[in-house]
Amino acid sequence: MNANNNRMYSYYFLLPAGIIYFVFFLFPTLMSFFYSMTWWTLTDWEFIGFENFITFFESPSLRIGFRNTLFFAGTAVTGKVILGLLIAVFLTSKIRNKDMLRSIVFFPVLISAIAVGATFGVLMHPTDGIINNGLNLIGLPSVDWLGNPNLAIFSVAFTDIWRGVGIATVIFIAGIMAIPGDYKEALKIDGGNTFQEFRHIILPLSRPAMNTVIILALIDGLRNFDLVWAMTGGGPGFSSDVLASIIYKQYASGFYGLATAGNVILFFFVACIAFPVFKFINRKEVDL
Amino acid sequence: MSAKREKRSKRTLAAEIAGTLVALLFFGVPAYFVLINSMKTSTEAARLELGWPNSFEFLANYGEVITANDGRLLLAFFNSAVITVFTILLLIIVCSMAAFVLARRQGMAKHLNYLVLVGLMIPPAIVPTIWVLQGLGLFKTFPGIIFLETALRFSFACILYRAFVATIPKELDEAALIDGCGPLRLFFQIIFPLLKPVTSTIIVLSSIQVYNDFENMLYFFPGSENATVQLTLYNYTGLFGTSYNLLFANVILICIPMLILFIFFNKRIVSGMTAGAVKG
Repeated sequence: MNANNNRMYSYYFLLPAGIIYFVFFLFPTLMSFFYSMTWWTLTDWEFIGFENFITFFESPSLRIGFRNTLFFAGTAVTGKVILGLLIAVFLTSKIRNKDMLRSIVFFPVLISAIAVGATFGVLMHPTDGIINNGLNLIGLPSVDWLGNPNLAIFSVAFTDIWRGVGIATVIFIAGIMAIPGDYKEALKIDGGNTFQEFRHIILPLSRPAMNTVIILALIDGLRNFDLVWAMTGGGPGFSSDVLASIIYKQYASGFYGLATAGNVILFFFVACIAFPVFKFINRKEVDL
Repeated sequence: MSAKREKRSKRTLAAEIAGTLVALLFFGVPAYFVLINSMKTSTEAARLELGWPNSFEFLANYGEVITANDGRLLLAFFNSAVITVFTILLLIIVCSMAAFVLARRQGMAKHLNYLVLVGLMIPPAIVPTIWVLQGLGLFKTFPGIIFLETALRFSFACILYRAFVATIPKELDEAALIDGCGPLRLFFQIIFPLLKPVTSTIIVLSSIQVYNDFENMLYFFPGSENATVQLTLYNYTGLFGTSYNLLFANVILICIPMLILFIFFNKRIVSGMTAGAVKG
């Protein structure tokens, strides 16, 4: 029976997907390791060893990409976890308009990063933007959200949180809804209050949901390109460049070897941060 | 008791109103701002205010955006539609087949898991991918971008399908085998129809991703005749300078398809994203 069974699960079924995935994704990724060590014009290449990587690490305008990519991903993850959890707790309480509110929080997820970026670029206008007008209205000074080199990357990260908090929220809602009602009843019998319910039931038992939000936001954050490109283009200067936007700039200037070295660095960057987090989280989830 | 309950319901009402106000402030105001300014004249829109327009320029603005550059936006909608539809078709067929075999042959799947995960996390290597596309003569062509988008969505779709196939009892395959089904008939006539729920989830989620894709279109599908919807916006900011009214009209137009999708598939999108996320 077993031999027959395996005949039913023919290897040929893997071929179409396997070929597409290999030719258009895995193979270029493998080749990037080689071409990152070349001076490359697409038609011609010359082996130059680690020179591209040295250029990358020595040039301040390129090195800033590491810091910004980490800042961006870190801010986005923190913001989405905290806000997503708080909104999810609110939307699983006894309020009656939770479906409407969930839709309002969720709709930006459906809008492309480039459209959100174009819109927030205008909302954050230094003199006329409505965010600054709002701040002035309550007596706060205007902020140069995208023009201040120290602030630009955080303004983009804030916009990313605005756009992505909807996903975090629905994942947290699913996690909180899956908590058995017995726990809450037991707490109620013992006379616990809402804060204790959050601290001792919701927070520990929505850990799987939190892990999911962290890993999704982390991967998205490390790879982010669209939003940075739409809002600042990496500017002012290079102050808000992330790895993905540096790769684009090198590519657009015709430095193909350098751009490919950037891709290899991004590969290791994502792999060294996301894979361990992913493994750690998966192990934890089995214990629960 | 009833006084306590009344106090409770008052508190709930206050929470409902506060929640609505905060949601409208953070999410409603930007949406309203874009919509109302897309209907103003360009001088009025340049003031970036929330006020009501002095004259509604709805037809003029949207008409100009649609006809600009010899109807580039319409061409972009056509291109995006072609890419989205064919990517989804290809993705559904090849991923469901692969995931079926991967789910049934447990031993082999273990080694391939990591290869699949790589595609979920690692972004494509830009220039080597262009090099491969050029080598195959597929750079800047529909088949090229469709194959590429399929390859980039493969991991996500495959993981969702595999998890679903695992819930279909193996006895079904054995019964089909006894009835004289071959592998192709078993899959396409018996298994594939059973995958319908997860198929529709993947259709909706992947359409959103492909339609909203900017980065890959910019790299792998360049050229003015290859315009796609997200790139029209990118061209706009330079083209119209400070014509915010036209920029916002363009934003609204390219958001409409996904917002319609959201209205019809709200539950499926949300459940799909949570299920996909938890398993991914």
